[in-house]
Amino acid sequence: MLPVGSIERRTNGWYGMLTVIMTEGALFAYLLFSYYYFAVQYGREWLPPQLPEFWFSVPNTILLLASSAALWFAERGVRRGIRRDLVWGLAIAIGLAVIYVVLQAIEWSGRPFTMSSTPYGSLYFSISGLHFVHLAIGLIILVVLLIWSLLNYFDARRYAAVSIGAVYWYFVTAVWLAVFFTIYITPRLG
Amino acid sequence: MSSIAYERSAALETAGYDSPATSKLEQLWKTKPGLFGWLGTVDHKQLGKRYLITAFCFLIAGGIEALVMRLQLARPNQHLLTPEQYNELFSMHGITMIFLYAQPVLSGFSVFLFPLFLGTRDLAFPRLNSFSYYVYLFAGLFLYASFLVGAVPNDGWFNYPPNALKLYNPGPNIDFYALGMILLGISTTVGAANFLVTWLRLRAPGMSINRLPILTWSTTTTSVGILFSVPAVSLAFLMLWLDRQFGTHFFDPAGRGQPLLWQHLFWMFAHPWVYIVVLPAMGFVSEALPIFCRRPLVGYTVVVLATVATMVMGFGVWLHHMFATGLPFLALSFFSGASMVIVIPSAVAVFAWVATIWTGRPVVTTALLFFAGFIAMFVIGGVSGFMTAAVPSDRQMTDTYFVVAHIHYVLIGINLFPVMGALYVWFPKMTGRLLDERIGRWNFWLVFIGLNVAFLPMHWTGLAGMPRRIYTYPDGLGWNTVNMLTTIGAFILAIGVLVLLINIAVSRARGALAGPNPWDGPTLEWTTPSPPPSYNFAVIPAVASQNPLWEGRLQEGLGHSSVGRGLVLDQGKEVLATTPLDAEPDAILKMPQDSLAPLVVAIALTGLFAGLLVAWWWLAGLCAVVTLASLVVWLWPEPALGQIAVAAND
Repeated sequence: MLPVGSIERRTNGWYGMLTVIMTEGALFAYLLFSYYYFAVQYGREWLPPQLPEFWFSVPNTILLLASSAALWFAERGVRRGIRRDLVWGLAIAIGLAVIYVVLQAIEWSGRPFTMSSTPYGSLYFSISGLHFVHLAIGLIILVVLLIWSLLNYFDARRYAAVSIGAVYWYFVTAVWLAVFFTIYITPRLG
Repeated sequence: MSSIAYERSAALETAGYDSPATSKLEQLWKTKPGLFGWLGTVDHKQLGKRYLITAFCFLIAGGIEALVMRLQLARPNQHLLTPEQYNELFSMHGITMIFLYAQPVLSGFSVFLFPLFLGTRDLAFPRLNSFSYYVYLFAGLFLYASFLVGAVPNDGWFNYPPNALKLYNPGPNIDFYALGMILLGISTTVGAANFLVTWLRLRAPGMSINRLPILTWSTTTTSVGILFSVPAVSLAFLMLWLDRQFGTHFFDPAGRGQPLLWQHLFWMFAHPWVYIVVLPAMGFVSEALPIFCRRPLVGYTVVVLATVATMVMGFGVWLHHMFATGLPFLALSFFSGASMVIVIPSAVAVFAWVATIWTGRPVVTTALLFFAGFIAMFVIGGVSGFMTAAVPSDRQMTDTYFVVAHIHYVLIGINLFPVMGALYVWFPKMTGRLLDERIGRWNFWLVFIGLNVAFLPMHWTGLAGMPRRIYTYPDGLGWNTVNMLTTIGAFILAIGVLVLLINIAVSRARGALAGPNPWDGPTLEWTTPSPPPSYNFAVIPAVASQNPLWEGRLQEGLGHSSVGRGLVLDQGKEVLATTPLDAEPDAILKMPQDSLAPLVVAIALTGLFAGLLVAWWWLAGLCAVVTLASLVVWLWPEPALGQIAVAAND
């Protein structure tokens, strides 16, 4: 007996998403490389007079981690055939991400520099901006998954799309952790 | 709504290509008729041929650009071209050959051949395959549209700032390049993902990791290389475009940007890229040279290891393109050493090919001539490369014609020669007719002589001090004769390429019929009719060795591959998924029908980039929305693909 069609994670799409993570992960590696290239060349004078603060970035980090946890709960639910867990997990993950988006927009609007002020500004906005684009696409994926869940497309054996969307979201969260470390922590490391 | 059961027991059956089961398979897999089928086909064989035809069109375009340049340089003080026109030609020659010909032509062969080599019916993502082709075509047209507005990229294919920045290059020339390359990168990346997942998942049962055709190792290795390297150049071009259009300060010295950062990001991509454009071509040789030596490749395992090692090490040598930029000696030393060590796996492969010829019983065909010529040209190109790996000698030779000689020996020798040889080997499989051998000899010798007459003296030209990328040169420097020789050689090479095109045209119509296995090859593609039917294999074969069709005469082991007996999988468009290491059956996967979604998304994406190019932000935004919406439609779960849960009361 062989499984037929989309069963668990035996789909091509699952492997395809892993390749997406490989290549987009490389993109962020090169972005952070560029940041560190400038930081090493210029030292403290390259950074803005007021270092990026934690008021928004720490809550945002917690929001993304919590959002990933909700999504993990949703995925676990669908694998056990519990549709309620799947739907609520997705809804909470989306809600937390929306709050993240709002906080990120407020943080950006409060910056004294722009993308074209200084090299630091260019890198700050391109790093956080590209991360934001990846997160926005992830948010669209979660909303679409919620719609498909409400349409009863998934059950305990056919749920590959949920796993595929979830692993992409975990990737977006992991990239945020690297971005957070680079932009908010390394300037304070002497 | 019909729903797909979650499991099925599948029985082995015996079926040949003339059995009743195949008419059902043909109905399931063949492209739909009319314009819808032509635009929406997901048949990898048709898409592979389109890739090859498009790549050859770009080869011709890049070749014409080169010939015009050589006319300008044949004698001193010529004024056939203005300096700006010359800059545009050498830039587009490089861009066309390296990005629009060299890698796509290899993709084209792999798109056609992978499923046939692996014993399956399509690539892992058939619609993505179609999308990848369309985006490649549109990106190439996007770049060439610059000719229509007279603003062609003009800063070389490496495109260094500050000269590429708005201050020195105010027109849209560089914007065409930057945006066109990001668009092309999307095509290349999704193509690479397609090959990698196909290689991991869609093999014939029994095709374990040590029984895979060696060409699939090369293409998959470079696919991983693409996934990790293309983001560097896409990012660099995005940063450059932002510097030019939005006043950011990544690279501009006046705003405390770092021009060298461009060079790092660019070469971190472009050095792995040069291996990406040659390793699959080396795979053609590893795959087909043994056929014409009538013995398996010597040292399959070490050649596989050498391929992977070359790609991995290829990520650690990029600084050798920057030896003259004033970087610290410690950095230069490390990269110089790494650039020498990387020769070792290449040498291993060369010895394996030579040993295959030496211990085999060679049959001299046009293909074998190209493969033998390739080995010799590879050695010459490799030696000149090794010379530039030494920092002191590179300081003399960088940006001179010595480097131009090196790159053309490696690109023509390690990409074009194997490509031409591969055409002679697999054209019969693709079209059902053999290429003419007599015309083929003319093809080979003209190309071989042309290459060497054009580029062997060029080593001397560079050592005599002629810089590259100059539109003319004064009389009396001693460069006149060599330049004339190079121009003559270039035209001989061009005639050789023309002879190939004549051969293709003549043989399509009147070539000898090929049959399934005209060369007595050992791998699975030689079990199908030529050309293969839409479904490739009547039953999914099972393999027990590296060379299934030579098992009887090689006596390698006790296993027997099974070609005429296997799973039929005719309950829809179906393929078998197997485990990555041991290739044990894992699942029956459903494949999609022809679809226009890939074309729609490709058009929307190109529209987005066009909007960005002309700063019509509303168009870019609209196209972005259309792109996302079309992607959602494309990915919407389908019952026929087994993507929707079967309801409890169904």
